[in-house]
Amino acid sequence: MSLLEIEDLSVTFTTADGDVNAVNGVTFNIDKGETLAIVGESGSGKSQTAFAAMGLLAKNGRAAGIARFDGQNLLAMSQREFNKIRSKDMAMIFQDPMTSLNPYLRVSDQMAEVLMLHDGISKKDAITKAVQMLDAVRIPDARARVTMYPHEFSGGMRQRIMIAMSLLCQPRLLIADEPTTALDVTVQAQIMQLLADIRQDFGTAVILITHDLGIVAGFCDRTLVMYGGQIMEEGPTDDIFAQPSHPYTSGLLKAVPRLDKDEATLATIAGEPPDMSHLPPGCPFSPRCAQLLDNCRAERPMLETTGNRRRACHLPVQEDA
Amino acid sequence: MNPLLSVRNLSVTFDVRRPGSWPWTPAMKLHAVSEVSFDLQPGECLGIVGESGSGKSTIARAIVGTIPSSGGNIFFEDHDLANMDTRQRRVHRRDVQMIFQDPLAALNPRMTVGEIIAEPLITHEPNTPRKEVKRRVGELMERVGLLPNLINRYPHEFSGGQCQRIGIARALILKPKLIICDEPVSALDVSVQAQVINLLMELQRDMGLSMIFIAHDLSVVKHISDRILVLYLGRVMETAEAHKLTTAPEHPYSQALISSVPIPDPVLERARHRPILEGELPSPLRPPSGCVFRTRCPKVQPDCADAKPALEDVGGRHFVACPYHEAQQVLVVNE
Repeated sequence: MSLLEIEDLSVTFTTADGDVNAVNGVTFNIDKGETLAIVGESGSGKSQTAFAAMGLLAKNGRAAGIARFDGQNLLAMSQREFNKIRSKDMAMIFQDPMTSLNPYLRVSDQMAEVLMLHDGISKKDAITKAVQMLDAVRIPDARARVTMYPHEFSGGMRQRIMIAMSLLCQPRLLIADEPTTALDVTVQAQIMQLLADIRQDFGTAVILITHDLGIVAGFCDRTLVMYGGQIMEEGPTDDIFAQPSHPYTSGLLKAVPRLDKDEATLATIAGEPPDMSHLPPGCPFSPRCAQLLDNCRAERPMLETTGNRRRACHLPVQEDA
Repeated sequence: MNPLLSVRNLSVTFDVRRPGSWPWTPAMKLHAVSEVSFDLQPGECLGIVGESGSGKSTIARAIVGTIPSSGGNIFFEDHDLANMDTRQRRVHRRDVQMIFQDPLAALNPRMTVGEIIAEPLITHEPNTPRKEVKRRVGELMERVGLLPNLINRYPHEFSGGQCQRIGIARALILKPKLIICDEPVSALDVSVQAQVINLLMELQRDMGLSMIFIAHDLSVVKHISDRILVLYLGRVMETAEAHKLTTAPEHPYSQALISSVPIPDPVLERARHRPILEGELPSPLRPPSGCVFRTRCPKVQPDCADAKPALEDVGGRHFVACPYHEAQQVLVVNE
């Protein structure tokens, strides 16, 4: 059994302008100790998929479909039940560590709270354990700094605190939502290295949600590409990067300038990302696709499995693309 | 050839008061930019890279003239920016235009696209007939890839990429000589980013513009720039031709920066040797003595704390501020 199973998940937000379908029928799973990247642009539904699984959707959002963690149905859970497994079994870290830490509480207090709640240990023991964890994420002089407030740390250090906090109860699944987007590249390299070490030491499964194809290449076993709230393509990271089989994936890979290559001009994907409240009836990528077929606009392609890869595209698979 | 822009020993300091300090306590000096020098040739694109807080945007603002420099000179076409009279300053403002990071925030929400793009023209050439203004706005909109019939729309009706195109059109209407782009694509989605990069490069080539391109994404900067300037804590660490800097950087900081940049290729990523830089940028209020990078430098020597290393010419307009510099291949480059 997979650790997390998502089946035909849809997320809909009710807004004044009508319903917005942020996620439409997403199916994937992640095994113990595995790393999965969910890649997509803003509005592709990558974060909302994770929020739905964590029970963190905004009040006007509702999820339909199946999300199972270790066999338990997540979508049927009340907030009280969620509180029992969040942070203990599955934890999440966010893009902006300053807004996800409580500015009024010392780091020691917010970290101890997690342990006291889930493990029922005394505050003193909890703080000792918090310091150990801060040491593990390489915060220098953790014993002295644990009593400081979040604003006294730099951005990179705050993200380390978030990671330490999410790992306190040794969750089996860590969802990292754009964990390095707000950080400088040198700090990003430190944090990604830290996540890789943690995965090795604790055997934590990691879902990395990002728009940066570069960090995916260095970190994840499998890659899932989303566009317009749907899965475009999924497969082992090496294969996806070496032989993208979906026009969106290959377009995306060609549109990123690379440090190791000298291109004269970048290949572009024409047009703009879709308006999620008015998605085209067929393939969400059809208005921008360069290899459009007759039925692309009318008929939504199904996600088809070939070997260890899945793709949703009407184009026949090219052997040596 | 005379450089279009020549920056000599530019320093910018800000006064910072500690919250709760007495009014008579002298303010602390924050050295945002220290002794930065570079030349920009006509038609050239200079990329400026560095981590946040390294002074990239401060240099841009000093060149545009929106913040005063506290030392050094900025020569634009041989005129010193500091000694310009009002008339010369007006000309300077026409010739140097800026493109900003957040495309929507840079546009006035209560003006139509047409008004936004025309505003610089009406300010600097108030006698232009309205028909002529409209013609030039329409022409430019087409040039940057906007449909001219959108002229009466408001900024909120456009996507991020389109807003950035509006910003570019506004910057170009006065036919400037120098465009300063401050993180122009970092707020855009990957697929839209490539469109804007291509547009900027095309315009630069066709209109013979000089450009200063500021970004934290080294891959983007390398793609667009002829030369790159690497900043750390307000000081120039290294400056070289873009290809040379990314393939054979000499300064330990440039080497660390380049090896931190992820490359979207799993095979290459696994094969890369990656010395990860420890620690973070020190506070610009209390910069380290001697070389500012020495606190994080993997090749630090005892005498690095003694004196600020001067920029050394290693040939071919390649300058390095490190006495222990040594070319190092940090990437395998497939041409």
